[in-house]
Amino acid sequence: MAFVVQQLINALALGSIYALMAIGLAMIFGILRLINFPHGELLMIGPYFAVALSLLGVPFGLAVVLAVALAGVAGIVMERLAYRPLRGAPDVSLLLTSLGVSIFLQNITIMFFSGQSRAFAGPSFLDQRLPVMQNVGISTIDVVIFATAMVLVVLFSLFVTRTVIGVSMRASAENLLAAQLVGINLSRVITVAFVIGAGMAAVAGILYGIRVGKIDPLMGFIPLLKAFVATVIGGFGSIPGAVLGAYVLGFLEILLAGSLPSGVTAYRDAIIFGLLIVVLLVRPQGILGSGDAERV
Amino acid sequence: MSLLQIQDVAVYYGGIQALKGVSLHIDVGELLAIVGANGAGKTTLLRTVSGVLRARSGSIRFDGRDVTRLPPHAIVGLGIAHSPEGRQLFGGLTVVENLRLGAVQRSDRAAVEQDFEYVFELFPILRERRQQRAGTLSGGEQQMLAIGRALMARPRLLLLDEPSLGLAPLLVERIFDVIARLKSERVTLLLVEQNARMALEVADRAYVMETGRIKLTGSAAELAANPDVERAYLGG
Repeated sequence: MAFVVQQLINALALGSIYALMAIGLAMIFGILRLINFPHGELLMIGPYFAVALSLLGVPFGLAVVLAVALAGVAGIVMERLAYRPLRGAPDVSLLLTSLGVSIFLQNITIMFFSGQSRAFAGPSFLDQRLPVMQNVGISTIDVVIFATAMVLVVLFSLFVTRTVIGVSMRASAENLLAAQLVGINLSRVITVAFVIGAGMAAVAGILYGIRVGKIDPLMGFIPLLKAFVATVIGGFGSIPGAVLGAYVLGFLEILLAGSLPSGVTAYRDAIIFGLLIVVLLVRPQGILGSGDAERV
Repeated sequence: MSLLQIQDVAVYYGGIQALKGVSLHIDVGELLAIVGANGAGKTTLLRTVSGVLRARSGSIRFDGRDVTRLPPHAIVGLGIAHSPEGRQLFGGLTVVENLRLGAVQRSDRAAVEQDFEYVFELFPILRERRQQRAGTLSGGEQQMLAIGRALMARPRLLLLDEPSLGLAPLLVERIFDVIARLKSERVTLLLVEQNARMALEVADRAYVMETGRIKLTGSAAELAANPDVERAYLGG
């Protein structure tokens, strides 16, 4: 029992990290039909900005807030410099550019901080374990991860249903031509999507870094792939689907890790990506996606 | 002076020329119809006016201002609303959200509320369906929503692209009743239709387009009486 509860908590924490990534990925894909590879790097630069600010003597809490804001700015700059000039270009050009931006950001981080991983720790209270029941302790960071994700998901859903720019964003993802014809300023919508996506990825990166205890310039790649799988499971472009997919994936991963014989656990990512292939074959529109399978 | 003045506009899709130097004008309060067969370039022309397609040459002036190179949202901001061919609704969004987005650039909340009432009065069925997703509406209701959404911009010029396409005859009548009413309220309208008979009945003036060019122009009554038009477009 204790083991099950423990695993459940792990799954929620992991799913939350994926969800924070997947929302941005799904949002950007929805509007631009672009798989934003550097989303993994936005996750990575979050904690690196926090480290840089800490080195400058900024206290941790403030450094985190500023790091998330800086990641948001990085999202804007990325869109302006790399993607906006390509608007209207073939999808393949966008995809290749996106890969290029990803590699660029990894290497510029390596230039400044070296490619080695470095320790990353939050305030000490995050390392504590809260006793829930006999033999079960939740580490504070897992609670913080889940709570942060929930708060951000709720705020985000209010944003996309209650604000004009949020509704415009959903509209642009639904029908780009109609969005233009009713007078939505697409550039503004895209900018906002990148700010929010980048900010959420940075939050995910900082939380992830604290949980694992270290960060490195290539740390974004695996979470990117996982978030990508989550969005495919949920239905690419569907934001509720992305969140659902993220938690499904979190649970699945922990389930595999906990139930497979020890010799096979090493293959759990392989199994996850195998699952992706199965989903693409059997239900390409995902759990919550529309019938429009061509989108994937 | 004309509200909209299109001068010698040419538009290409890649290497294919879709508009081969089109010129036309609309005066304030006028209902202008453009008729012609499929592929004549009618929709291309409207989309060029709205800025989602770019003219390679020629100019478009709205209210004396050159709008040829403006982005679509700036053109809407100047007062040109577009109810597109195929409706192009936001299918996953509710009726109310679709209408609200029609007024996305407006900040005069009180007047926007009035216009909601105006659209619901024009199309009472939309009031009943207000919280329904647009994608679940019937074809006729979707067309009403597309027109209503464009009206929410409180446009100075309304572009209507094929509002009767694919609708049952009874619904076509309903849509044309609404067009006649808008005309009586002095809304300036540019109507593109394959249903030339209905369009020429309601319009003041009309242009006949064929393969990217204006072929004929005149008062709607003249064109309706023209034997060539009758043979080619009125099935006479």
